[in-house]
Amino acid sequence: MKVLEKPRSFYQRFDRKPGAHPYTTHYCPGCGHGVLHKLIAEAVDELGIRDRTIFVSPVGCSVFAYYYFDVGNIQVAHGRCPAAATGIKRSRPDSIVIGYQGDGDLAAIGGNEILHAANRGEDISVFFVNNAIYGMTGGQMAPTTLEGMRTTTTPRGRTILNEGYPLKMCELLSSLPAPVYIERTMMTDGKHLMRTRRAVMKALQCQVEGKGFTFVEVLSQCPTGWKMDPALSLKWIEENLAKAFPLGVYRDEVKDREPHKRRTWIPSDEDVLKELELTLNLGAESGDGHARLVKGPIRFKFAGFGGQGLMLLGEVVADAGMRAGNHVTWLPSYGPEMRGGTANCHVVVSNDPIGSPVVGECDQLLAMNRPSLAKFEATVAPGGSIIYDSSLIETPPTRTDVKAIPLPATEIADQIGSTKVANMVMLGGLMAHLGFPGDEETRETLMSRVTRRELLEKNFAAIEAGKDQVQRLGGR
Amino acid sequence: MTPDKLRTERELIKGNEAAVKAAVLAGCRSFFGYPITPASEIAHAAADYLPLVGGTFLQAESEIGAINMCYGAAASGVRCMTASSSPGISLKQEGISYAAGAELPIVIVDIMRGGPGLGNIAPEQSDYNQMVKGGGHGNYHLIVLAPNSAQEMCDLTFQAFDIADRYRCPVCILADGFIGQMMEPVAFPAPAFPKSEKDWAVRGDAETTKNFVTSIDLEPEALEKHILHLESKYAEAARNELRWEEYRLDDAEYVLIGYGIVSRILRTVVEKARAEGQRVGMLRPISLWPFPSAVIEGLTRRVKGFLVVELSNGQMVDDVRLAVGRQVPVHLYTRCGGMVMTTKEVFDKVQEWVAEAQNEGAREAAQLLPKI
Ligand SMILES: Cc1ncc(C[n+]2csc(CCOP(=O)(O)OP(=O)(O)O)c2C)c(N)n1
Ligand code: SF4
Repeated sequence: MKVLEKPRSFYQRFDRKPGAHPYTTHYCPGCGHGVLHKLIAEAVDELGIRDRTIFVSPVGCSVFAYYYFDVGNIQVAHGRCPAAATGIKRSRPDSIVIGYQGDGDLAAIGGNEILHAANRGEDISVFFVNNAIYGMTGGQMAPTTLEGMRTTTTPRGRTILNEGYPLKMCELLSSLPAPVYIERTMMTDGKHLMRTRRAVMKALQCQVEGKGFTFVEVLSQCPTGWKMDPALSLKWIEENLAKAFPLGVYRDEVKDREPHKRRTWIPSDEDVLKELELTLNLGAESGDGHARLVKGPIRFKFAGFGGQGLMLLGEVVADAGMRAGNHVTWLPSYGPEMRGGTANCHVVVSNDPIGSPVVGECDQLLAMNRPSLAKFEATVAPGGSIIYDSSLIETPPTRTDVKAIPLPATEIADQIGSTKVANMVMLGGLMAHLGFPGDEETRETLMSRVTRRELLEKNFAAIEAGKDQVQRLGGR
Repeated sequence: MTPDKLRTERELIKGNEAAVKAAVLAGCRSFFGYPITPASEIAHAAADYLPLVGGTFLQAESEIGAINMCYGAAASGVRCMTASSSPGISLKQEGISYAAGAELPIVIVDIMRGGPGLGNIAPEQSDYNQMVKGGGHGNYHLIVLAPNSAQEMCDLTFQAFDIADRYRCPVCILADGFIGQMMEPVAFPAPAFPKSEKDWAVRGDAETTKNFVTSIDLEPEALEKHILHLESKYAEAARNELRWEEYRLDDAEYVLIGYGIVSRILRTVVEKARAEGQRVGMLRPISLWPFPSAVIEGLTRRVKGFLVVELSNGQMVDDVRLAVGRQVPVHLYTRCGGMVMTTKEVFDKVQEWVAEAQNEGAREAAQLLPKI
């Protein structure tokens, strides 16, 4: 008797398998899974890719594929194989990633994952075992179950009206442009086994060349689920399954495709810092040298229409405050605050660590439209101040216990030649009124944020104009 | 615990973005995410930076896709991360359970928002139960760290990668919308991560063909053994990874407990109450799992009671009550739905509480008097 040798990519003894039979698989007699496993292992041998191969086992009868394959093995959640395989391949572009899924796993619970992995053209090979039934859980209906077929969950046979049509994955996936190679085969006789072997080889070869997504659907015998003997199962595939799921090549663009470019760059620590736009502080704590701390905490609110640049204005104040050595927080309007036609942000600048960044009562309100002034006027602490854009807000604040400073910011900005810099006019007004933020830090902040020379100049001009205006009013 | 002293110049940056830069500095080179407010800036920053350092950013088809991509990436031995907000985290729970079972280090950032259901995008802390108590199935814990500033978004994320690798388990950064959206100065650590490969991972090379990653153990004996193994890791993590902050607790009689953004509000409340001469202090759990129960238990012996403040229907309070027992009262003050308590609200609550306790003290003293 001829002793059949196992492929080298198979363990010679299945020691991971519990129980007393380390030389046989856990599959039922006549099951298609074992046959396809062998074809895959042989292809891995033949291509000499055993060391690079990562086999991704699904949930289903083949959940234990890692008992057999002497390659790297990763077992994943039900249906999620294409997503996990994506994570593997993207992280290890030199590996050969084999996805292996049943029809419940791939076409039902994992329908979304396979669709998107295929659509992205992930450089993986997926082997899809279509046995028209859920094997592992006891013969329930699969998306691929044929019309009229009895299963434990379609005891009177699948009806189109209740369960819909059998899902044809090759046809579905071949409607996508990305996949490189899609074929459906069966393993019922020598000829078809050869065909399947070639398909498996082709799919893996394609991945070796880095050309993208390949998909081989194999109509596979499940004598147990079908309640047939192995011989009858093969016949049933030929006479029924292969009729509903026509065999053949659904896509073959292997020759036309360019290989994927693979990442090879491993940056140095210096590269990483540079790309993150960070500089190591090799000297003293930043800010220490020229700390210009504010006295008590100052709580700001900046409010106006979206697009007036109030968020940015708040950021510049916070950033400049930080550069002067203070603690600062900046909080955008967020959640319920966002409603009602105003974009606003909260800024706190303090020489002590800041507790809550939420500014309820504020010391300084900068308002650039009417709804903002109406909404926040009442929140200004007695003794605080309101700077408002008097070119857009005709009715001044009514409070008498706070200082109200009108500043025609939008008008001034228009004169400078850009309505956009009205926020910087407001900033200038604030600087003149409060003596904060300081000139130097403000300059530094803007220079780090605005790269366009011309815009930068306009910003500076706007700040000066705002300052002038407020100083002329005797705002300080 | 604190990473190397060397730091970068301070940058004014959002908590969400700080987490990404910290991740890159910690050697994270794979990020898989799916957009959701208020966590989206994490994906935006990851999309910006990861490709620049030779890494992968991929917008997945769903949060289920994203967590499973992380599962694959982690199994292949690279440092990886995903981020989402509450509804997306619910979808990730299956994958988190699998990662815990398969012992995969993944860093998961949850920027919590209002719920249940679609809820809203405003800040809440209502994912405490689903992250700290295990929102997925089975016997596992996540190590959960709760930052309260942009600096801590950086530092805890940076550390999370080491912790995840040390215990081979997923680690969660649990923050609220405020911490994610707020900008603060952050000094980043210098890049630091192991340059050697993980020996247990399935890397697609000759050295690791014998490795396998799985969460299945069909034999009950084997699964029990596996669970006990996980438990022993958790016990070790519980000893080593406990983090908390005490603020003016030394002589405190009244202790406020809150994490994340709430702790920032509580800090201000403590200052105000101290200005009134009241002995109020704050305990801030930084690690939510492991929870600083022993610290709370220790305080129980010498304080008049606790006030737990949360942005939820009251979730962490259960853990506080377990630690305190019945010895002293545990009060609860919560806002939810995106409503955030003001400092004044909590301060007033504290005033009520202090007055009540003083009255009660006086009553007790009066009752004791005749017996002397
Ligand atoms: C989330 C989840 N739902 C359900 C199951 C139960 N389950 C295990 S295998 C399986 C179906 C397997 O069928 P198929 O993918 O066709 O593979 P086969 O067993 O036929 O090889 C199901 C529903 C599970 N493990 N996880
Ligand atoms: S149930 Fe079907 S698919 Fe599963 S091992 Fe048995 S024959 Fe194979």
